[in-house]
Amino acid sequence: MSMPNTNGREIFFGDAIKEALAEELRRDPTVFMLGEDIAEAGTTFKVLNGLVDEFGKDRILDTPISEPGFTGLAVGAAMTGLRPVVDIMFGDFSGLIMDQVANQAAKIHYMSGGKLKVPMVLRTTMGAGRRSAAQHSQSLHAWYSHIPGLKVVVPATPYDAKGLMKSAIRDDNPVVILEDKMMYKTVKGYVPEEEYVIPIGVADVKREGSDITLIATSSMVYVALDAAKMLEEVGINAEVVDPRTLVPLDKQTLVESVKKTSRAIVIDEGYEQYGVTAELASVIADEAFYYLDAPVKRMGAMNVPIPFSPALEDLTIPNAKGVFEMAKSLCNKL
Amino acid sequence: MAQVKAKKSESTSNIDREQLLHMYEQMFKIRAFEEQVNELYQSAKMPGLAHLYIGEEAIAVGMCEALTKEDYITSTHRGHGHCLAKGASIDKMFAELLGKDAGYCHGKGGSMHIADQDTGNLGANAIVGGSSAIATGAAFSSKRLGNGRVAVCFFGEGALGQGLVYESMNMAQLWKLPVIYVCENNLYNEYTHHSESTAGSMKARAEAFGIMAVEVDGQNVREVHETAIKLVERARKGEGPAFMLCNTYRYHGHHVGDIAREYYRPKEEELKWKNDNDPLKNLSSWLTENGLADAGIFEQIESAVSKEVEEAVTFALNAPFPAPEEVTKHVYA
Repeated sequence: MSMPNTNGREIFFGDAIKEALAEELRRDPTVFMLGEDIAEAGTTFKVLNGLVDEFGKDRILDTPISEPGFTGLAVGAAMTGLRPVVDIMFGDFSGLIMDQVANQAAKIHYMSGGKLKVPMVLRTTMGAGRRSAAQHSQSLHAWYSHIPGLKVVVPATPYDAKGLMKSAIRDDNPVVILEDKMMYKTVKGYVPEEEYVIPIGVADVKREGSDITLIATSSMVYVALDAAKMLEEVGINAEVVDPRTLVPLDKQTLVESVKKTSRAIVIDEGYEQYGVTAELASVIADEAFYYLDAPVKRMGAMNVPIPFSPALEDLTIPNAKGVFEMAKSLCNKL
Repeated sequence: MAQVKAKKSESTSNIDREQLLHMYEQMFKIRAFEEQVNELYQSAKMPGLAHLYIGEEAIAVGMCEALTKEDYITSTHRGHGHCLAKGASIDKMFAELLGKDAGYCHGKGGSMHIADQDTGNLGANAIVGGSSAIATGAAFSSKRLGNGRVAVCFFGEGALGQGLVYESMNMAQLWKLPVIYVCENNLYNEYTHHSESTAGSMKARAEAFGIMAVEVDGQNVREVHETAIKLVERARKGEGPAFMLCNTYRYHGHHVGDIAREYYRPKEEELKWKNDNDPLKNLSSWLTENGLADAGIFEQIESAVSKEVEEAVTFALNAPFPAPEEVTKHVYA
């Protein structure tokens, strides 16, 4: 997969993330990374390969298998002059660290009346499809998005991943970045050689269209783009909007798009029940209700633990065909 | 594993008279503050609850007197004593407890979340054991930045039931971080005696990581302080973390509303600690017996502190609540 509008250097999603980290580690000596098997092993996904050679084991710090411990250590380090980037191998381990993230990192600035700050980044993964079963496949970004005090970033392209990662590291708040593990070495896209950052909280229109808005996050952007191609063949011109960050949410871009198209489907890989799709759909319902020609539809992961068997797992994730069918029915072209 | 034998000698070689009197003043300040808090609760002037530190004063004071202003502490739900011992001012403390804008956190933290970066206080924490990793992280920063600061993590023996404490200790020892874990064993995890919750030896838990562990009489401020000096010096020199188990007693209930306590501990036990092993009495008697002070000095200290407490609480009671706009401030930096 690759994004269409590119002229120039193309690199993989994982390499864009590594490039962002390397640039920030070079720029600011207080930045360091910590997590399980991130140094010589370069993470289990090999995303950080080679960083330890340039920055050494002190700044690419291997930790014990103690997710709450090293996440909490990062909170304390962030409060006292460092800028840690925590690597949590699988998003499914979020349950382990949630006290340190939700009760500590997210609340310390507020509870202290603005005196203390927690400038840390928490990188973790999301995304099913790797045949890794129920405890290594979930997309739990909704958990983080529920907690005030956290910023939550779900980049879809190498360009966005790099620019947003750099902003996250420079941000004075705890920022959680969820990277779809299936995109590290499959999604390639344009990333300029020169330095840039992307502000957190700005959505991006990935494809312009006039008949229906497909609001999609992370890897679902590609599902939406594929569906848009199929829709074009039946005469439906779909717009694809990628929020890029869930908190803060660029409501305006989403709402403006739906006001233009009058129809919307929200697609996200988190569980559908009480999930990101519900929140985004409610934003549309609240702020674009009188422009709608059809109900806002949601497509998330099925409300089941992610099964192992490929025959079952693939049923749980939204796909282009499903989006295509739903969009067609919303546009009354059955 | 090496252990520091707690100093039992009656010498004042490391602590002079002035400092001992100052420690008495600090302990009395904590007690007078807490008694006033109880009063505010009972007269329904304070929103919510508070967990009183009365009976445990020697630990916070003995430890914090061994620290510089720049050194870090983290505290707990029973944290007023730690904050005051580290240098917090009582007027802003009272104001915070009453939810007033003049409080340390503009009234947004309250009793369980007092933080004051000017005195190295990284915040009290309402999750038992929740600050152990934060203190360890502060020690990590100290080592990485080479600023020589030591981090002290106060927690009660109830926190020994939480895995985070051990994950933190493991990293602290692996990376030789300047952090001191101060375990205040006041015998009760809330309303449950520790013998019903804690297997084996408390000290051995730290020793299993190769961490230097010491046990002290938490009612003897001189002993706490002398031990603290050694552990702080050791941490500052890069010799790594330590665990200080302090045997103490919580005079009041788990919180101010915990009044009927006989179902979990007898009144006789409470009286025995108050009468026979009170940290303030222990110090004043020792100073008197050694001819270093007389009753007049203590009366002088107590009346000055009582006046300060009275003025502070009046200030806090009269201080305005935060404006409604404050509610959305500081969610993000």
